[in-house]
Amino acid sequence: MRIFGRIILAAAITTLAILPRPASAVDLTMYYPVAVGGAVTKIIDDLVDRFQKENPDIKVTAVYAGNYTDTMTKAMTAMKGGQPPQLSVLLSTDVFTLIDENAIVPIEDLVADKAWLKEFYPAFMANGQINGKTWSIPFQRSTIVLYWNKDAFKEAGLDPEKAPASWDEMTEIAKKLVKKDPSGNVTRWGVEIPTTGYAYWMLQALAIENGQKLMNDAGNEVYLTAPKTVAALNYWVDLSRKHGVMPTGTIDWATLRTDFLEGKTAMMWHTTGNLTAVKDGAKFNFGVAMLPSKERRGSPTGGGNLYIFKGASPEQQKAAVKFVLWMTAPERAAEWSIKTGYVAVTPAAYKTSAMESYAKSFPAATVARDQLVHAVAELSVHENGRIYKFVNDAVQGAVTGAQKPDEALAAAQQQADRVLRAYK
Amino acid sequence: MPDQVGKFLAAPMPRSHTWLNSVNAWLLLLPAALLLVAFTHYPVIATIYHSFFIANRSGNAVFVGLDNYRAMLEDSIFWKVLFNNFWFAIGTVPTSIALALLMAVWVNRNIRGRALLRLAYFTPTVLPMIAVANIWLFFYTPDYGLLDQLRGIFGLPGWNWLGDPRTVMGCLIVMVIWKEAGFFMIFYLAALQQLSPDLEEAAAVEGAGRWYTFRRITFPLLMPTTLFVAINAVINSFKLVDHLVIMTKGGPSNASSLLLYYIYEVAFTFQDSAYAATLTVVLLIILSTLALMKFGYLDRRVHYQ
Amino acid sequence: MNHKTHPLEAIVAWLLALLWLAPLAYAFWSALHPAAYATSFSLSAPWTLENFARAWHQAPFARYYLNTILLVCMVLAGQLVLCTLAAYSFARFEFKGSGIAFALVLLQLMIMPDVLIVENYRVVGAFDLLDTIPAVALPYMASAFGIFLLRQTFKSIPNELVDAARVEGAGPLQILWRVYIPLARHTYVAFALVSVSYHWNNFLWPLIVTNSVESRPLTVGLAVFGAPETGVDWSIITAATVMTMAPLLIAFLLFQRQFVQSFMRAGIR
Repeated sequence: MRIFGRIILAAAITTLAILPRPASAVDLTMYYPVAVGGAVTKIIDDLVDRFQKENPDIKVTAVYAGNYTDTMTKAMTAMKGGQPPQLSVLLSTDVFTLIDENAIVPIEDLVADKAWLKEFYPAFMANGQINGKTWSIPFQRSTIVLYWNKDAFKEAGLDPEKAPASWDEMTEIAKKLVKKDPSGNVTRWGVEIPTTGYAYWMLQALAIENGQKLMNDAGNEVYLTAPKTVAALNYWVDLSRKHGVMPTGTIDWATLRTDFLEGKTAMMWHTTGNLTAVKDGAKFNFGVAMLPSKERRGSPTGGGNLYIFKGASPEQQKAAVKFVLWMTAPERAAEWSIKTGYVAVTPAAYKTSAMESYAKSFPAATVARDQLVHAVAELSVHENGRIYKFVNDAVQGAVTGAQKPDEALAAAQQQADRVLRAYK
Repeated sequence: MPDQVGKFLAAPMPRSHTWLNSVNAWLLLLPAALLLVAFTHYPVIATIYHSFFIANRSGNAVFVGLDNYRAMLEDSIFWKVLFNNFWFAIGTVPTSIALALLMAVWVNRNIRGRALLRLAYFTPTVLPMIAVANIWLFFYTPDYGLLDQLRGIFGLPGWNWLGDPRTVMGCLIVMVIWKEAGFFMIFYLAALQQLSPDLEEAAAVEGAGRWYTFRRITFPLLMPTTLFVAINAVINSFKLVDHLVIMTKGGPSNASSLLLYYIYEVAFTFQDSAYAATLTVVLLIILSTLALMKFGYLDRRVHYQ
Repeated sequence: MNHKTHPLEAIVAWLLALLWLAPLAYAFWSALHPAAYATSFSLSAPWTLENFARAWHQAPFARYYLNTILLVCMVLAGQLVLCTLAAYSFARFEFKGSGIAFALVLLQLMIMPDVLIVENYRVVGAFDLLDTIPAVALPYMASAFGIFLLRQTFKSIPNELVDAARVEGAGPLQILWRVYIPLARHTYVAFALVSVSYHWNNFLWPLIVTNSVESRPLTVGLAVFGAPETGVDWSIITAATVMTMAPLLIAFLLFQRQFVQSFMRAGIR
């Protein structure tokens, strides 16, 4: 039985060893998500290391917490438990929830130099500016782009340099790209649009192209049952059920890149944040284009912003601002964009020599940035997590054939209305 | 167990035991009691209490009576996950029990290498659900997954197993059966080893067939074990949600979501602790009902004490 | 036991066993071969430990291992002390309210901490323990199951032994230490095995209360690591999966009999 005594002793000692230590320098904890391929955690760790070398008085602990939803869950849960992070990379659209939870501070309260805020692309600032305040700083930002496999285009007798420019064109091209084996099974699909994780984002892209806004500026209304929203979802569902160019069932956000790289689909809609991972993994020629139009071109902006939390002490907030400034400085923004594919957040980043030479050698790198002129702020409302779930459920219900698109959206609208009622 | 509790209560206090005895007993009990109160009793009461309030964004709780419950009854996702839980239990419990019984009967026979058989059947039980989910996720991956490769051999097209609401639950059920059958097997094994071999021998002498013996003698004798395992399995089916985090996140369109996973989502993703408390009350009611069945009904019938 | 088994039945039993081992065999296959062979099986495929090395370097698995080991030790140590004392109290003393107290203990058998995640999170928060290993361990330390199991064992210990110890002048704690605990050895082993494997595998609660690498156990680390977004390939994920379950699996293979018997005791409550 002596062994038990030893175990207890060991446990007691280790308990003491792992309790939090008092801070000497300024400690910052930052949660961040990963939503795209490539060794993103390594890139972040490297950036953080370099920042710490330049700022030895600040210690940043960057914690990878899963996808965007997981990270928001972690940040909110930790805050409710009295241990908020000092800063986090969260969806730019989480802003209403974070304000409602009294979690974050506006950037204007922390920086003297307001001109800094004007350096970013206005499209990326749109989601974060509410009631005349800026609540976050753009970091890993994106638009949705269309990736196409040029070799597959050539094989199907299509012009490999010409991506579809309209919905109808995409359907027709996709039909030609579908390849079947002798027994009639599809070995290559025409196009795939992901339906897990961020289905609301893809639906919004289709709705924008169809000329429909999905939400109001106050963030307390969504327009899911508008005829043009329904038509957008109908088009999406038709791609699989009517035209047979997209697989039925859900298409996984995370593994779609692999599908594209393996030639299982000739085109895919995905975030530009995946560009570098696609570039590194593709064994064929591929192109990147703006999304096709119905009434107009368009994509929602997307991705994560840096938020600074209210729970941080003034010193921590000051250190956090320093970190944010450093992370979004033109050289770093360019580096981050080159290493991942995300859009660099300031025009200045595209004027750095690194970015200029990269863009010259790899023109696809600027497509998403060029698309910004057509871009619209991402769906962002109060209770964002819930509303996203309702929309995602509706899209999944429709593409799996469990519900008709109009019924699925009507149900989601009803659920959303009930939740948003409290914010009118 | 209540029997024993009853006996305890009814037992006259021997006079020789002084108040010091009582103090000693309570002191010994104290550390465990404190933790039990902090992490079981208080949370149960707090859950029920919080289900009658809504915490507004400024952090103040407002008493709303049964509003949360009314909202729950109108919540289509709640009904969906409750239904899913029901189907999940129906799908996993009978099959894994039947398999467990079969395994136990085999392992109990003198089949060559039965130790190895037992090992094979039982191994999935000791694996973490998260690891199991990772492995099975690959089987179900469309096109390159193991299952679709097998289908490919027969010239069948790939199937999006976890992405289709018609197959996702079935896939998860198969996986859970694989994980749990071996665990239930050992209860049958224990029961079988306690059965008198004379019975079967006598039956054999009488010329009864094996199937007949099993059906008329062995199986009825195992009935208490079956009931015990069944209730345990149903209780388990309400606790098992780890795999959802890895494999489906409850999708597509909630087709694979379960009550506890929905509670997790509501509480931590949507940060609505009042509604999460309301949902938890439902789960507590279900679990207590099952547990009362287990302790009340079974205790009288089963010899497992 | 002595009945002849039809050969066909033996074959079916073995087929089922192979089917049951197949997923695990696949995991090992994939983990021990280059990524190109993750989806195609070929006997000539080269063997490699490369996947393990890469998984090990891509995420702080060493830290996760340490966390899990600390966690299971802490839970077990807490459980052994608390449950022994409580069980001793119930088995040895007859005191006012013991019946009700015991019923309140048994309540935890029905309502496990696993389902009280929302309120338990608040409690742990109130103790200011979030994101620490004790936070993961605390709700499970006063295990009703452990108390129940030990009480049963303690009650079966003959009074003569206790009386003999008392004659020698042993106090209550000495009696516990010298008589009860040594005689309950098998129960302790059984309980320890079940507890360790449960907490090695536990996921949802640690996922909720841990935020950082310093407190995440292996299961949570694996889930975060294996998220498909990270673009890590299957071979590496299966390697990480194998790493996560290996210690338990090895322990199981070594102590198979104890494991099976322990789980048997564990379930019979």
